[in-house]
Amino acid sequence: MKRKSILIVGSLSDIAKSVANKFAEHNYDLLLTARNLENLKLQANDLKSKYNVNVDYYKLDILNIDDHQKLISNLSVIPDIVLCAVGFMGDQKDSENKQISRSEVIRTNFEGPVHLMSEFANLFEKRESGTIIGISSVAGIRGKKSNYIYGSAKSGLTTFLSGLRNRLYEKNVNVITVLPGTVYTKMTLNLKLPKLISSYPDKIAQDIFNGVKSEKNVVYTLAIWKYIMKIINLIPESIFKKTNL
Amino acid sequence: MSYLIKEKISGWGGYPTEIVNINYPNNIQEIINEIKKGNTIARGNGRAYGDSAQNKDKTINMKNFNKILSFDKNSGILEVEAGVILEDIINTFLPKGWFPYVTPGSKFVTVGGLICADVHGKNHHKEGSFRNYVEWIDIINAHGDILRCSRKENEELFEWTIGGMGLTGIIIRAAIKLRSIETSWIKEKTYIANNLDEILDIFEKTKSSTYSVAWLNANKRKNNKYQSLIMTGEHALINELDHSKRLNPLKLIKRKGIKIPFYFPNWFLNILLVRIFNLIYYFLNKNSRKEKLKYWNNYFYPLDNILEWNKIYGKKGFVQYQCVIPLQKSKIGLEEILDEIQKSKADSYLTTLKRFGKQDGNFSFPMEGYTIAFDFPTNKKVFDLLDKLDKITLKFGGRFYLAKDARMKKNTFKDSDERIKNFIEFRNKNNSFNKFKSSQSLRLEL
Ligand SMILES: Cc1cc2nc3c(=O)[nH]c(=O)nc-3n(C[C@H](O)[C@H](O)[C@H](O)COP(=O)(O)OP(=O)(O)OC[C@H]3O[C@@H](n4cnc5c(N)ncnc54)[C@H](O)[C@@H]3O)c2cc1C
Ligand SMILES: NC(=O)c1ccc[n+]([C@@H]2O[C@H](COP(=O)([O-])OP(=O)(O)OC[C@H]3O[C@@H](n4cnc5c(N)ncnc54)[C@H](OP(=O)(O)O)[C@@H]3O)[C@@H](O)[C@H]2O)c1
Repeated sequence: MKRKSILIVGSLSDIAKSVANKFAEHNYDLLLTARNLENLKLQANDLKSKYNVNVDYYKLDILNIDDHQKLISNLSVIPDIVLCAVGFMGDQKDSENKQISRSEVIRTNFEGPVHLMSEFANLFEKRESGTIIGISSVAGIRGKKSNYIYGSAKSGLTTFLSGLRNRLYEKNVNVITVLPGTVYTKMTLNLKLPKLISSYPDKIAQDIFNGVKSEKNVVYTLAIWKYIMKIINLIPESIFKKTNL
Repeated sequence: MSYLIKEKISGWGGYPTEIVNINYPNNIQEIINEIKKGNTIARGNGRAYGDSAQNKDKTINMKNFNKILSFDKNSGILEVEAGVILEDIINTFLPKGWFPYVTPGSKFVTVGGLICADVHGKNHHKEGSFRNYVEWIDIINAHGDILRCSRKENEELFEWTIGGMGLTGIIIRAAIKLRSIETSWIKEKTYIANNLDEILDIFEKTKSSTYSVAWLNANKRKNNKYQSLIMTGEHALINELDHSKRLNPLKLIKRKGIKIPFYFPNWFLNILLVRIFNLIYYFLNKNSRKEKLKYWNNYFYPLDNILEWNKIYGKKGFVQYQCVIPLQKSKIGLEEILDEIQKSKADSYLTTLKRFGKQDGNFSFPMEGYTIAFDFPTNKKVFDLLDKLDKITLKFGGRFYLAKDARMKKNTFKDSDERIKNFIEFRNKNNSFNKFKSSQSLRLEL
């Protein structure tokens, strides 16, 4: 039987590193992309020696939209699964004040991933199989002053994924929206996270893996965030606007 | 980009806890930049018990340098980044028939930490310390230069780095030699000794075994003697396995350890764990000396099955104490140390004894003789006791293991080892004195 394969876009993200290990452990061949070729090479090498799977890697800056087609034609195989972990929180104050910073946040979380996943959507649609996984965020569920530029870009991504899921349902292509709560990674290194409801990349990876196995649509991770967000959604806007969440 | 963030950290013993600036570099250039900016110390997985891997101004956490680089199955030489955890090495290479030559009692340590503490295992008497299996090291020195050092190039830096507690620079990569094994099982034999004479006698008689270690009951028994179990071990060969094990001789069981969810209240140990030794002792008495096969993980890392077991000691943490007494004086030295502990009524929950072989290297801890290690819950009384134990160790010409130390006084340390001044001289010469500092090196003026 042919081995299954997963393409991980943004494979040097802390969450994606764990995802790569998790799928390799389950005998998936890996295709990895990241911006830093040197670190990417080290990662590929390491995964190859740890798990007896094929690992290919490709340099990609997701903001270079023109490179997306090139990447696809260079891939050693069209994968069974595509996961996009690319994301950038930016600095909220910069996002408020500088057009260039704002634009980077919007493009990295929304525009880049949307273009790339759309290409794979078309391929998978034709093939009539595959899984597309986008890592969005609970920050995209309700806008708050501490990170609403990032949050609204993630909101867009979540909406994109849900539309895509709807479109591809009949074509046997599953689209999974991953909504992490707060996770200890390099993105959140300088933030103070709420201990009880924050988790580590290994847990997120496990939840994503389980989500693929059970063909989930939306994966909240930790699961408790589903209920936290339900409650937050109940707060009327007239009160919400006065909060400091 | 990598930032400095404030974190509260400690060694494995949980004492002392300090708020430090910590940095998680993602590539080598970031480490170089940080070294150029000011003084720092590298941190592996924080399994040293005391304050050797923390620096308040800036601690560099090596966790992102955790990749396996290459492996040569003809020579058994493995090249890795320095932050690779020993567990990952074992999980990867054990199924292929390889195991580390020297391992400490925990597999949650990094290669950088293994080198800098020049770790010893249960086989020091026969196979020496970790240094013997280090082929080369890539280290960033005080000037931010990357130097390859080995027994052939930059020998001086190589020698001082092994056992140098991170004070010579930051190791980024290393090559180590692995041992070829046929099975993942250890043949273990247990001996019972009823007093110190018997313990040392059994150690000397079993000197040809690859591994040996003793668990000691530091509370004198009714007959006023120290009792002990001595366990020896050999890597089992395929033809020593029964049929069912032979089907998969290099079996790797990945088990998640049990997590200790919270700090135990301080009285917990007093009531429960002290009894464990006696229980085991009782059961073993009934069927001792029989050889049995033990799975590698249970043989080498019994404590790793409970993650964060240090929390059992409560929030105040605990202090480890490990010293070595030279061979000629081992017996009286150990007796005096144990008696002092008896007198103080302190409880040591885990007391282990090992036989060291010849001293090697410029600054490594082992010397020929016996090394003993205790765990004490932290309290004021214990610190007084440890000061006394220091004096006894010094009196018999022994020395102390820096990877376990959290509280030694600088004069004690200075008196324990004449090699210290050479180390300091080397540090001065290399400008590393102002660049690489830990809370421990500041405390000990090392
Ligand atoms: C349960 C348990 C059992 C143990 N048993 C033994 C034993 O049997 N024998 C034994 O010898 N030891 C033993 N130890 C001690 C342990 O092996 C050492 O303290 C080891 O150094 C810990 O590795 P680490 O990666 O956690 O290093 P840390 O604790 O993070 O650091 C230890 C030292 O190494 C330096 N260091 C770490 N990485 C680097 C790097 N990349 N570059 C430069 N310097 C670096 C640090 O600055 C520090 O001085 C045990 C510890 C535990 C918790
Ligand atoms: N951590 C959390 O609490 C949390 C919560 C909710 C959602 N998320 C989402 O989870 C995903 C993974 O994040 P993480 O926590 O693992 O943080 P991370 O380690 O910072 O991962 C983000 C990744 O995105 C990559 N990236 C940024 N811009 C890029 C570009 N233009 N082209 C290609 N790659 C680019 C980064 O590459 P470099 O490695 O080269 O910088 C990095 O690997 C992100 O989408 C994030 O928004 C995280």
